[in-house]
Order: sequence, then structure tokens, then C-alpha cells
Amino acid sequence: MNGEAALTGTRTGDRLVLTAGGAWTAIHAHDLEPLVDAQAQSSQPVRAVDIDIAGVNRLDTFGAWLIERLARSWSARGIDTRILGLRDDYRVLFEEVHNSNLKPLPPPEKTSRIVDALESIGRTIVNIGHATLLIVQMLGAVTVVLGRAILHPMKFRWTSMVTHIDRVGWQGVPIMLLVTFLIGCILAQQGIFHFRKFGADIFVIDMIGILVLREVGVLIVCVMIAGRSGSAYTAELGSMKMREEIDALRTMGFDPVEVLILPRILALVVSVPLLTFLGSMSALYGGGLVSWLYGGIDPDVFMARLREAISLDTFLVGMIKAPVMAFIIGIVACVEGLQVKGSAESLGAHTTSSVVISTFLVIVLDGFFAIFFASIGM
Amino acid sequence: MAAPTKEVVLKVRDVVVSFGKKTILDHLDLDVYRGEVLGFVGGSGAGKSVLMRTIIGLIPKVQGKIEVFGVDLDTATEEELIAVEQRWGILFQQGALFSSLNVRQNVQFPIREYLDVSERLMDEIAVAKLEMVGLPADVQEKYPSELSGGMIKRVALARALALDPELVFLDEPTSGLDPIGAGEFDELIKTLQRTLGLTVYMVTHDLDSLHAICDRIAVLAGGKVILAGPMSEMLASEHPWLKAYFRGKRSRDGGAAKDRK
Repeated sequence: MNGEAALTGTRTGDRLVLTAGGAWTAIHAHDLEPLVDAQAQSSQPVRAVDIDIAGVNRLDTFGAWLIERLARSWSARGIDTRILGLRDDYRVLFEEVHNSNLKPLPPPEKTSRIVDALESIGRTIVNIGHATLLIVQMLGAVTVVLGRAILHPMKFRWTSMVTHIDRVGWQGVPIMLLVTFLIGCILAQQGIFHFRKFGADIFVIDMIGILVLREVGVLIVCVMIAGRSGSAYTAELGSMKMREEIDALRTMGFDPVEVLILPRILALVVSVPLLTFLGSMSALYGGGLVSWLYGGIDPDVFMARLREAISLDTFLVGMIKAPVMAFIIGIVACVEGLQVKGSAESLGAHTTSSVVISTFLVIVLDGFFAIFFASIGM
Repeated sequence: MAAPTKEVVLKVRDVVVSFGKKTILDHLDLDVYRGEVLGFVGGSGAGKSVLMRTIIGLIPKVQGKIEVFGVDLDTATEEELIAVEQRWGILFQQGALFSSLNVRQNVQFPIREYLDVSERLMDEIAVAKLEMVGLPADVQEKYPSELSGGMIKRVALARALALDPELVFLDEPTSGLDPIGAGEFDELIKTLQRTLGLTVYMVTHDLDSLHAICDRIAVLAGGKVILAGPMSEMLASEHPWLKAYFRGKRSRDGGAAKDRK
């Protein structure tokens, strides 16, 4: 009974009769639309058009709209148009589509590419300014809450902090150890390979010791933490924001910074130095192992040389940086989390920028630390 | 009550669903006939939404058979399933609009995926559908997070109707709407049902909706459909739960018709 949808036109004098038949439904819309458009665009001089739809055995919104569109294309030119053979059970549907799409669709806004480019530059700059402001604001809020926590340590949410230390620190230990170990191995291998050319293999130990303790250990750990825990913070806070959980907290008289953010940030500040220490040791171990197996430097020699090459300062430089960077990662992650708007896309965008911004800031900060330590002679 | 000539669109036979040790649906049978509005009621947690989600394939069943348009969903091939899915539309309780698409893109989504039609026709159909559910055409560019609860329901209904389905599942369509909005939504469902010849399967708690638009009501209790029939049968029943539900304090007969939240 569902014959192929069809539309045929016959002319009698200056009257055009269009006969529609078959199933005018969504699945046939692909075939029907060209038929309708072909009839609608034909420029035959006619005075009256009859659209006979008695042969249509199935009809839905798509079909009804296409017939309506066909009728409108003629009536818009002032030609008398009638729809014949309308079945009673289709009448309501026809009335419905007859009253829709009366206003023409607004044309897409046209803008010039230069203006677009300038606008996007402008927006980016404003956004950077806005983000900086938010970070400063969060720094202030966290400091205030931290001060309060120091004055009333019993009110601080220790359980929450310990949970986060478990997730961020303890559960992160294996991957941090593995990654820093591999970095240590690679540094040693590359060092030995190139230093050997001028017989300076032994200085590889100096390089590994200083590089790992001062820079690589803390940097690798921080980048990993930004990707592993900063993103998790942003996503958690972001979805809490989306489900109005943060608003609920606020209305109950709790400060989200105190309840959610301070424990998270302090967990990072505690965990990252510990992870940095473990990571540095792991990298030194990897470096020592490769020096021994690949470079033929005995572990005894390695240890002796290492003891001469590094001082307590070298170790301290790395360890001092760790909590500061952890603090920055935490602040950025929380700021981005609270910026999430209603959509899933926005959650993704803010999680991305949380990782990007905190990684960037970690590296910039590392540069400032380098200048600072150089000027105080450490 | 069903005349034998009526076509069964949805047939549920002997369906058992359990979560862990808890059995939610216990050998449940249900028929939905073409062109009717079936209201599905039951206490909170009785498994109304579970049954709906089982029918549409989101929850696995332990045993039983579900046929939609005469197709057994368990033995159907991939193509048959897709064909069935194009013939039904689902309105989720929270709307479930895609948050990263705007209203127009949400409504066009199934059309774009399943039908090969021009952008112009898609735009026009989207406007037509939005106007059918009573929304002005200028909400098109808005995103779901910018809409009110009632508008989200309407857009979700427009999306459910995008492919002109024959069977629509509505999960608590009027919950969270004010009485006026809920009444309008009922009217809308009735109008659309008449206009498009829909079969409507509606999970609801709203006594006014049941009175206003449902041809038949099915009652779920103890994991089974204990009664299915028109409102008069519900009111006549002496089952204690039905008595409390339809003739309780908040029902119309209880004299508190305006007591709706």
C-alpha cells in the first residue's frame, strides 16, 4: 500500500494540476524534495494551481510541509492555489504546518574575516586578563580560608584532605616512580653516549645529579600531577557546578573554598614534595643503573662522584619549588572547575585549559626560580 | 476491553527484570494499542521507569519477550532494530538534550543522522516542530543550559518527534512544570497525538494528565500490571492502592483537585 511517493503535473489551459501520490513521509523526503522544488521553480505561465493529494496514502510532517511549501511557492507569486482531496484525518496536520514557518528564516550573519580575526584576538586578551584576575582572586580567598584554618585547626576538614592525599599522592606513587625512573635512564644513556666522545663519561654523574635534583624531578612530577590530578579537580568541581551542588553548599552557609578547595589544594601541597622526593630518587636510581650497565661506571664510583657533585643546596632547590608549584596547580584547577557552565563541552574546555595553564605556569615559574636561585647563589 | 481488531503496537510478555537479588519487574505483561494514549502509573520506585527503559533497551531483562511493531527486539537484526528506533521517539525525564548543541541542532540531530535531506528542509522542519510544541522560532539558537525547565521539556519533545515517530515514550512529561504549564503540555500531547496519529506511552504521576488525556491507564504494583483500563475502571476498583491513588486526598474525587503542587 505504500506506493512510491510521486508528484506529476498536467496542464489544462492555464490551470496546472499537480497530482501527489504514494507515501509522503520522512523516509521519502530525500526523493520528494527535488520533485517539489522542480515543480515549484517551473516558470510556466499559469493562472491557477490545484494540488491534488487524494492519492497520498501516508502523510507525516515532512510530507505535509513539502506540500505546504509547494503551495506557498505558487501563492507567493499571486497565483490562485488550492489543495484538493485533503482527507479529514490529515486536516489538523495541514493546519499545523500551514501556520508554521511564516517568518522567513533569518539570514546567517555575515562578518568580514578581518573583523572576526581582530575580535578573536581581542576576546583572547580579555579572557587572559579575566583568568589572571580569577587566579588572583582565588589566591586571596584561599589565603583567607587558610588563615581561618590555622586559627581554628579543629574546623579544618582533615578527613577530606587525607582522602585527597591518598588519591593524589599515594595512588600516584607507582606511575611517578616509573616515569622518573625512565627519565633518569634516558638522561644517563644520552649523556654517556655523547660525553664519551671526548672521554668525559664520568661527568655524566654530575649532570644527572644536578639536573635531576634541581629541575627534572620536580618538573616531571608537576607536569604529571597537572595532567593527573589537576584535571581531576577541574572535572569534579565542574560537574558539581553543573549539578548546582556548589550553589547548594553556598545556600547552606558553607564556603565552597573552605569545604572543597582548601583540602584539595593542601593535599597537593603535601603530596607533590613527597612525590618529587621519590621521583628524584627513582631518577637517580635509573641513571645509576644505566651508568653501570651501559656506561660501565661502578655503583661505588657513581655514589662517590655523586656525593662530590651535589650539595644539600642542589637537593633543596628542587624541594623548595615543589610545594609552590603544587599550590599553583591546585589554584588553577579549582578556578577552572568553578568556571564550568552548563554544557558538557564547557566541562571539556575548562579541563583542557586547566592542564594547559597549570603546565605553562609551572614552567614559567621554574624559570623565575632559576633566576632567583642564581642571584642568591644557590 | 480491547476490541480484537485493534493493532498491538507494543507487546510485553512475561518480562522479568532484577537488580542484584531484588526483582523489580516480575513476569509482567502489557499491551499498547495503536493510536491510544496509555498512562502508566505506580508508586515511586515501583519500576515504571525501569519498564520503560527495558522496553527501549537500556536495561537488560532476565527473561521475557518485548515486541515493538511486531518485531521481537531480542531476535531482531541490527537493521531491524535501527528501523524500529526510527519509528519511536523518547522523551526522557530530564530532557536529555545534548548540552553542546543548540536547540535547532538538537531537533535536527536524528533527521541529520537518519535522513538524507537538504539543510533548507531540515531548518524548516525544525522550525515546524518547534512551533508544534509551542515554542517561538527564535529559541533555535539557544543552548539547553539557557532554557527553563518547561522549555527543555518542549524541545526534548520536539526532538522526540523529529522523525515523525509512530510511538512516543514520555517519562513524566509534566513533572517539574507548574499546573498551567502542565495543563498546556497535556493539551499539546493530545493535539500532537491527534495531529500525527501517535501512540503515546506515558509514565506519569500527574492525576490531571491521567484524567485529561489518557485513553487507558495501566497500574504497576508488586512488579506486575495489576489493572489496565480506562479511568472509570480505575475509579471503580476496590484495590487498596488504587483506592488510595485515585480516590485519595489529592485526587479529584477527594475534593482537592486544586491541591496539585
